[in-house]
Amino acid sequence: MTEITKEIVAEHGLSESEYEQVLSILGREPNRTELGIFSVMWSEHCSYKSSKKWLKTLPTEAPWVICGPGENAGVVDIGDGQAAIFKMESHNHPSFIEPYQGAATGVGGILRDVFTMGARPVANMNALRFGQPNHPRTRHLVSGVIAGVGGYGNCMGIPTVGGETNFHSSYDGNILVNAMTVGIADTDKIFYSAAAGIGNPVVYVGSKTGRDGIHGATMASAQFDDDSEEKRPTVQVGDPFAEKLLLEACLELMATDAIIAIQDMGAAGLTSSSFEMADKGGVGIRLDIDKVPMREEGMTPYEVMLSESQERMLMVLKPGSEEDARKIFEKWELDFAVIGQVTDTGKMVLTMNGEVVADLPVGPLADAAPEYDRPWVKTVAPARIKAGDVTPASDLGDVLLKIMGSSEVASRKWIWEQYDHMVMGDTIQRPGGDAAVVRIHGTDKALAITTDCNPRYCYADPETGGKQAIAETWRNLTATGATPLAVTDCMNFGNPERPEIMGQFVGCIDGMREACIKLDYPVVSGNVSLYNETNGTGIHPTPAIGGIGLISQSDHMATIAFKSAGETVLLVGDTSGDMGQSIYLKEIEGREEGAPPAVNLDVEKRNGDFVRDAIHNGMITACHDISDGGLAVTLSEMALASNIGADISITSDLPAHALYFAEDQARYVITTDALNAEKLLQNAQKANVPLLNIGTTGHNELKIVNTLAISIKDMRHVHANWLPDLMTVPGH
Amino acid sequence: MKAAVIVFPGSNCDRDMKIAIEQSLGSSPTMVWHGDSELPDTDLIAVPGGFSYGDYLRCGAIAGNSPIMREVVKRAASGTPILAVCNGFQIATETGMLPGALLRNANQKFICKDVHLKVSSQNNRFSGAFKVDDIVRFPVAHHDGNYFADADTVARLEDNGQIAFRYSDEDGVVSPETNINGSCNNIAGIYNDAGNILGLMPHPERLISDQLGGTDGKLFFDNLINSLN
Repeated sequence: MTEITKEIVAEHGLSESEYEQVLSILGREPNRTELGIFSVMWSEHCSYKSSKKWLKTLPTEAPWVICGPGENAGVVDIGDGQAAIFKMESHNHPSFIEPYQGAATGVGGILRDVFTMGARPVANMNALRFGQPNHPRTRHLVSGVIAGVGGYGNCMGIPTVGGETNFHSSYDGNILVNAMTVGIADTDKIFYSAAAGIGNPVVYVGSKTGRDGIHGATMASAQFDDDSEEKRPTVQVGDPFAEKLLLEACLELMATDAIIAIQDMGAAGLTSSSFEMADKGGVGIRLDIDKVPMREEGMTPYEVMLSESQERMLMVLKPGSEEDARKIFEKWELDFAVIGQVTDTGKMVLTMNGEVVADLPVGPLADAAPEYDRPWVKTVAPARIKAGDVTPASDLGDVLLKIMGSSEVASRKWIWEQYDHMVMGDTIQRPGGDAAVVRIHGTDKALAITTDCNPRYCYADPETGGKQAIAETWRNLTATGATPLAVTDCMNFGNPERPEIMGQFVGCIDGMREACIKLDYPVVSGNVSLYNETNGTGIHPTPAIGGIGLISQSDHMATIAFKSAGETVLLVGDTSGDMGQSIYLKEIEGREEGAPPAVNLDVEKRNGDFVRDAIHNGMITACHDISDGGLAVTLSEMALASNIGADISITSDLPAHALYFAEDQARYVITTDALNAEKLLQNAQKANVPLLNIGTTGHNELKIVNTLAISIKDMRHVHANWLPDLMTVPGH
Repeated sequence: MKAAVIVFPGSNCDRDMKIAIEQSLGSSPTMVWHGDSELPDTDLIAVPGGFSYGDYLRCGAIAGNSPIMREVVKRAASGTPILAVCNGFQIATETGMLPGALLRNANQKFICKDVHLKVSSQNNRFSGAFKVDDIVRFPVAHHDGNYFADADTVARLEDNGQIAFRYSDEDGVVSPETNINGSCNNIAGIYNDAGNILGLMPHPERLISDQLGGTDGKLFFDNLINSLN
C-alpha cells in the first residue's frame, strides 16, 4: 500500500490541519482510497465549509414549504396534492475547460437532483456568464455551452424555457454555467435520501462506472491557473439518452412502493451518495465494489469511489422488491445491481476481492467536516451618482439604439432558438418575457419561472445587489401574474480565503436574507461555487437566483407585448433618477461606477401586490418590469414583442436621460384600456402606489415627446443582430 | 376511428402527439412500445418526434431497423395512413418508406422556433384543412432537418405533387432566406407515391390552442381525424 506523504495529502486538496483531523478520527493513517474519500467529502464543493455559517442565516420556511435545503432539491406545495421540486446548480469549472460536455452534464446533474425526489422535470432554466464579447475565448465558450445546454435538455425532451446571459470581463477566465430544473410530483410521492432498514439491499442503477470525472469535486474547489487546460480529463461526459431512460425507469419504479431511499450520484459520485444516505439515516453501509457495474476492467476501489460517471443512482429498496425493480431497469436496458446492504455499524465498509479496502465511520466523517468562519471585510459602499452628476448625451435616440444593441440588453434569441422550449406541450410563455410560464400538465394552473442577478450591482454593493437579485425574480414572477413561492440560489464567488471576497459573500447573503423575509419568499435549495478565480482575479460576486411562482388560473396571466393600438400606458413606481451602475453609464460613458439603485422592500411589495391584483382582476393587457436599461428599454421591449409602438410623454423635474434610463427598482409598465385606466388610477391612489399615465400605444415607433423617436424596425435591427453578429466570424 | 402512436426509447414528443390526437379524436390513441412485435388494429399510425435510441449512429437509423417499424412498413404498404413527424420523418426515410434523408441543419445548430410553411400540394387526408398555396405556421425543433435527395428524386417528388409543405415567410415567399435548414427546394414535408404517408419536420402537434400560441396544428389534426372517420 502506498504510504501517505505530505505531497499526496496536498494533491488531495486537504490542509495540514484537516489531515490531522483525519488521523484523529481514524486513529490511524488512512489508505489512499480512504484519503480520496475524505478529500471529496471535505471539499468545498461537498462540505460547504466556508459558506455553511452564512447559509444557515437564510430563511427557509413558509407554510407552503415541504422540504427546504439539505435534500437533493427544494419542495413547495402548489395545491391539489401536487408539489414543485426545483434547484439550481453550478457547473462552472468543467464548462470553462470543455464547454459542451461541462454544460451538458451540468444540466444532466440538476435534472437528476429533481427526478431523484420523485418529480417529472417540466422545465429547465439557466443563468450564464461569459467574458467580454471580444475576448478571444468568448465565442468558443458561448457556442459550446449553448449547444451543450440545448443538447442535453433537447434529447431528454424537457423544455429549456429561458434564462439569463451576461458578458463581462470579470468572467474572461472563469465563466459561470448555472442550470436549474423544475419538476412536478404528487405530495404523497416524494422521495428522500435517508437510508433505513438494517439489512436492506443497496442498489446501483443507471450507466456503468468509468474512469471519467475522478476528482471533479476537488477541481471545482480550486482556483484556475494557466495549466487548467490539463484538467480536461476530469470533465465528465454526458449521455442524455441514458438519462432519459433512467428518468423513465425511476419514475416507473417510484409508482410502486419499493423505494425506501434514493440519491443521485453527482459530484463525488458513489462516495458522496453512499455517505449522504448513510449519514442522513444514521446507519452504516457495506458495499461490495466488485458488484458495481464497471465500464472497464482493472479499476481500483479509489477510482470506482471517486468516479463522476454520469446517469447513475443509488437506492435502498424494500427487501423482496429487488426482482420487480430489476425487471423495470432491464426493460429500459439499464444496469441494475445489488451492491451492498444497510448495516447497524455506523460505518462505511468497502470490500473488493473479499478484502476490506476502506473502513470509515460515517457520522464522525460527516460531522467533523470542517466549518470555517473565514475572516471578511465589508465592501465599502460607493457614492450615489445622481441625475445631475451625469452630463446628458446630446441625442437620446442614439443612446437608446446603442443600449438596445449592447451586450447586456440585446436579444438572446440566438441562444433560446437552440433550446427546445416547447416540447411537452405546456409552455405558455416562451423565452423573452419577464418569466417563462409552463402549465401544470392537465390542470388550469401554471408555474412562472425566472433566473436573475445583476453582478455589477453585487460588486458595487453586495448587500444591495443580493437584495436586488431576490427582488428582481419576485418582480419578474409578479409581472406575469404569478404569486412568488420560493427561490433556489446558486452562489458564485471568488476565493473565500480572501477577506474581501468573503465580505462580498456575507454582504450578498445579508441582502438576500432581508429580501426573502420581507417578501415571504424563502430559499428552499441552492448551491455554492467558490474559487471562481483565474490567476488571482475573482469574478464579480454572482448570487444567481432562480424563483418560481404559481399562477392559479392560466388565463390570468400577463405578457410583455403591447396588445393593441390606442391603449393607455401606465408607469408603476417612483423614479429617483440615480444613475449609478446603470447600463446608461456603462454603455454611454464607459463607467461602471457608483451605488446601484436602492431597494426598498416595502415599496417593492406594495407595488408588486398592486400589479398582481390588477392582472388577476383582468384590468391589465400587458405588463413588463423595469430593470436593466430603465424605462426606455422596457417600453422598447414591449414594442418589439408586439410590433406596436407607443407615444410617451412625462412631465418631470428630472432630466430626460435620468427619467428614461435610470434603473430605479419596484417599477413596472402596464397597459390597459381607457375605462380600466381610470379605475386603476383610483385603486392606486387608495393603495398609495405611484401610478402615472405616460402615454398611448400605437404606430410603428417609440416616440418620447421632445426626447426621441425610433422606429421599431431600427430598434429590432440592432436588438436582434448583436448576438448573431458576434457569433458569426467574418470570413467563415 | 382508431389511432396508434409508436414509442421508442428516447421518443419525447409521444405525449404531445397523443394529446393532439386526443383533442381532435375525443379518445386516446394506443401507445405502442417499440418492443411489441404486433400492431393493434388501427386507422392511423403516428411516429412521433424525439431522439429514438439517442439518435446514435444516425438520426432514426436504429429505430428504422426495429421490429415494430417492419410492421409499420407493412401496414403502410397496405394503405394505412402514417404521420411521421420530426424524428418520425427521419425514421421513415431510414426504413425506405419515404425517399431521401434528413441531414444536419445547414447552420449546424439545433433550431427551435415557429416557421411559416406554404402548402405545396393537395392531399385531402393530411392537408385538407388548407388549400394549395395557403400559409400555415407550425414550430420546428430539430438538429437534422435538412432534407436531401438526389436531383432525379426531387424532380419526381415535384412532378408527382409529393411536396407537402415548404419553408416560406409569412407572405408565402419561398426563398433561400426562408430555407431555415438548407433543405432541397425548401422541403419541409413530403408524401410517398401513394399519398398515405406524410413525413414532416415541423410539429403540428405543438400548436393546438391559442394558449400555446396558435391553432394551425389543431386544424391539421381535426381534418386528419375527420377524413379518416
